[in-house]
Amino acid sequence: MSRKVLLIEDEPNIAEAIRFLLTREGWQVETHSEGTDAIEVIQGAQPDLVILDVMLPGKSGMDILRDLRELDDMRSLPVLMLTARGQSRDREMAENAGVSRFMTKPFSNAEVLTAVRDLHAQATQS
Amino acid sequence: MATLNVLILVCLGYVVLLFGVAFAADRLAAAGKGAWLRSPLIYTLSLSIYCTAWTFYGAVGNAARSGLEFVTIYLGPTLVMISWWWGLRKLVRVGRSQRVTSIADLISSRYGKSNTLAIGVTILAVLGGTPYIALQLQSITLSFSIFAEADPTGLYREGSSVFWVAAGLAVFAILFGTRNLDANERHHGVVTAIAVESVVKLFALLAVGIFVVWGIAGGVEPMMDRIDASEIGQWNVDAGRWTTFVFLSAAAFVCLPRMFQVMVVENADEAHLRTAAWAFPLYLLLMSLFVVPIAVVGLDLLPDGSNPDLFVLTVPLSQGNEWLAMLSFIGGFSSATSMVIVTAMALSTMVSNHVVMPIWLSTQEGGGSVSGDVRNVVLMARRVSIAVIMAFGYYYYRLSGGGAALASIGLVAFAGISQILPALVGGLFWRGATRTGALVGLTTGFLLWIYTLLLPGMGGVLMTDSVLQHGPFGLGWLRPQALFGIEGMDPMVHAVMWSLSLNTMAFCVASLLSFPSPLERLQGAQFVNVFDHSVAPRGWSGSVAQSEDLMIMTQRILGAGPAQEFFQAEAQQQGGRTRLPEPTPVFLERLERELSGSVGAATAHAMIGQIVGGSSVSVEDLLAVADESAQLLEYSSQLEVKSAELSRTARQLREANTKLTQISEQKDSFLSQVSHELRTPMTSIRAFSEIMRDTDGLSVQEQTRYAAIIHDEALRLTRLLDDLLDLSVLESGRVSLNMGGDTLRSVLDRAVSSALAGGSHTLTVRRSIASERLPLHTDLDRLGQVFINLITNAQKYCDADEPVLTISAHDVGGQVVVDFTDNGSGIPPEAQSMVFEKFARIGGDKAGGAGLGLAICREIIQRLGGEITYLPGQGGAAFRVRVPLAYRQAAQ
Repeated sequence: MSRKVLLIEDEPNIAEAIRFLLTREGWQVETHSEGTDAIEVIQGAQPDLVILDVMLPGKSGMDILRDLRELDDMRSLPVLMLTARGQSRDREMAENAGVSRFMTKPFSNAEVLTAVRDLHAQATQS
Repeated sequence: MATLNVLILVCLGYVVLLFGVAFAADRLAAAGKGAWLRSPLIYTLSLSIYCTAWTFYGAVGNAARSGLEFVTIYLGPTLVMISWWWGLRKLVRVGRSQRVTSIADLISSRYGKSNTLAIGVTILAVLGGTPYIALQLQSITLSFSIFAEADPTGLYREGSSVFWVAAGLAVFAILFGTRNLDANERHHGVVTAIAVESVVKLFALLAVGIFVVWGIAGGVEPMMDRIDASEIGQWNVDAGRWTTFVFLSAAAFVCLPRMFQVMVVENADEAHLRTAAWAFPLYLLLMSLFVVPIAVVGLDLLPDGSNPDLFVLTVPLSQGNEWLAMLSFIGGFSSATSMVIVTAMALSTMVSNHVVMPIWLSTQEGGGSVSGDVRNVVLMARRVSIAVIMAFGYYYYRLSGGGAALASIGLVAFAGISQILPALVGGLFWRGATRTGALVGLTTGFLLWIYTLLLPGMGGVLMTDSVLQHGPFGLGWLRPQALFGIEGMDPMVHAVMWSLSLNTMAFCVASLLSFPSPLERLQGAQFVNVFDHSVAPRGWSGSVAQSEDLMIMTQRILGAGPAQEFFQAEAQQQGGRTRLPEPTPVFLERLERELSGSVGAATAHAMIGQIVGGSSVSVEDLLAVADESAQLLEYSSQLEVKSAELSRTARQLREANTKLTQISEQKDSFLSQVSHELRTPMTSIRAFSEIMRDTDGLSVQEQTRYAAIIHDEALRLTRLLDDLLDLSVLESGRVSLNMGGDTLRSVLDRAVSSALAGGSHTLTVRRSIASERLPLHTDLDRLGQVFINLITNAQKYCDADEPVLTISAHDVGGQVVVDFTDNGSGIPPEAQSMVFEKFARIGGDKAGGAGLGLAICREIIQRLGGEITYLPGQGGAAFRVRVPLAYRQAAQ
């Protein structure tokens, strides 16, 4: 039972922190830092869960999510979105785009872990 | 015996009184009060301006010389008033509907608004008016001389007194007649003053008459006996003279400029003519009632050789009745002054409108550009005209020797002014009359009048006796008083017959031979058919079937809702039996008023006229519609201008709004960026500090590494906050610059060493020290900050394997130019325009900068009075800094 998470984040330090946390929880963590080819990377990695930053070089997280949900096999893929832009409009946009969970940076580690656990549990139950 | 001084005082007092009356009447009229000012009584009394000093003094003189012939002067106007009032009504209607200002204006207007004709009539009127004014001068002078004969001071001299009388009357007329500028407006004040003068002169003459009949003769019967005994009583009628004089006075009554002024221009209501038709003849009757008794008694009482023209004065004086003589003098003075005032007003209007103004306007550059000083020009023109007209009168008096009988001077004037009659009457009743006809007729009559009457009458001054006796150049058939060999006629009858008959003939023939212009045709139709078209009494009638059509038309104009409301309300008012109101005249007039609010009076009238069919749409209606359309066009062009202004304002508002929106969006985006830049390092700090706190058994390497990350991110935060503060201070302009002097070389030295010391990447810096020996006077620290930033950027972003930064400097016209060029791949063209914007990080955030550095650089360089630009096409990233060698305050 290998759980795989794909972390798309361009800030190396943040990526490293999340990788540390999730690895200890037993997740297999893959990381990517570009927006442009994110869809292909997701399709290639076939993760159980995606953690997606909003401000990415090349293509924004919102656009990636929107395009992702267009794909048949990606409709129900749990996506946890993280953003450093503290505007309520972003949450709304993310929900419209089909986000599974939306979190604002800076987050507490416990929050991230809980969210990942919940999302995974929901996904495996259904 | 009243002295001259008393007499002059009385005159002045009387003039002041007249001014008071005129002033009060003007005030009343302006205040909208005093409806009696526009009453038929005032109108009738103002018509009696016909009776001048000539009638006042001269009628008695005439009676004493030629018996009952004086009656002709009263008969003419009486006949006109009684039997030709319908013609006068037409004249008044035309005058009012065409808004004419004088008889010259009327003639000109009728014949296609020809100014040549207007000038002709004006000249004729001035020449005709001149002897008449001379007459008034003579009468006043003579009456003065009567009092002066008995004046013990003996100061009176005739020559100078005529001059002073003329000057005084000129001043009086100027003061009276040119107070109001607008000739279209009625002069209530003047007309009322004239009405008062009419009462005064009638009262004076009646008083003298009553004194003569009951005070001297001793009653009516003894008076009648005396008359029977006198020569005057003999019914001795020369048919030629009588006919001529009746005709002349009738013609003059219509044509005299002053009569036209009071009868047409000052007319407030056509209906007044109906009253005047009987009241004015009555006034004339009263004026003539005691003429014969005064003449008879004067001939009896006074010594032979006394001037019968002055019997009205001398009879009371001879009886020692000074007060009556004084009253009589005031009566004569009234007659003279009122005539002079109105004549001067009428003539000066003509002269200034038709002679002076056209000339003045044509000398003004730019033609139509009529500026504000026209008012003064017109007033000046009128005043000068009055003075000139009075001067003419004065010189005529001097030339004619002052000896001719009053009545004959008056008749000369009458004959002259009557030359207008054919053109006037023809214009009113004959559509075929043309401008050429009027011009030829007037000229013919005018020249004949001068030749046969005016020049011979001036007593050998302008025409020698030999011409009079034998004709010019000995041509007998051209003798002025026996044209074409017709001899033995009375000179007056001869002159009137020839001038008027040839005038009329020339008028008719030339009219038949010439073709009217379109404007003449139009004006001709409007004059001749004035009662068919003009506005005064017009009523409607129609049948029920037309209500439907009217409804449809009204809907089109007012819109369905308001039209139905209006028609329903009207139907209910009529009793509500039918859905639509019956087209009663009352309803139609109300509808016309309602419609004219939307489409203008003329259009409304024409539209209703078409449906109700009471009259077909006339040319005048169409013209009026065109007039209104022109006004609407003008109005709509004004609206267009306004709407253009509005849309300009709207555009400006829109632009301002767009700018504000942009600024607001920029602010939002800036805050959002700042938030992102602050949250990102804080996220790392929080995450790793929690990891270090919550995770047991972290290795030492891990602990060291994570602490280092937290430290770096904390530094990043500090840098960001520093940059933000720096930028905010720079942008707000509150930055204080520390000026100092040094060479460019040492500034660059410090910057390079500072930048390279802090950086982890290797970077080779190439400089040309020789070109850097430039003295600078500026904020050296700020300039160094910019240099450090640029070097650091090259350090961070230059992607060459062996990064090299070349710094070159030179001075151009008081400015130092420093280029920083690296050997990397440079900034992509699409991003070049963005590099100086805040948070514009190009190509990812490898070095953890917030993207404020170049924005800060730009602000600093701007403060220093220079500029920083990206130089495209240099192989690598290339920035050029240009600052003044010496900072100038003005550059800020």
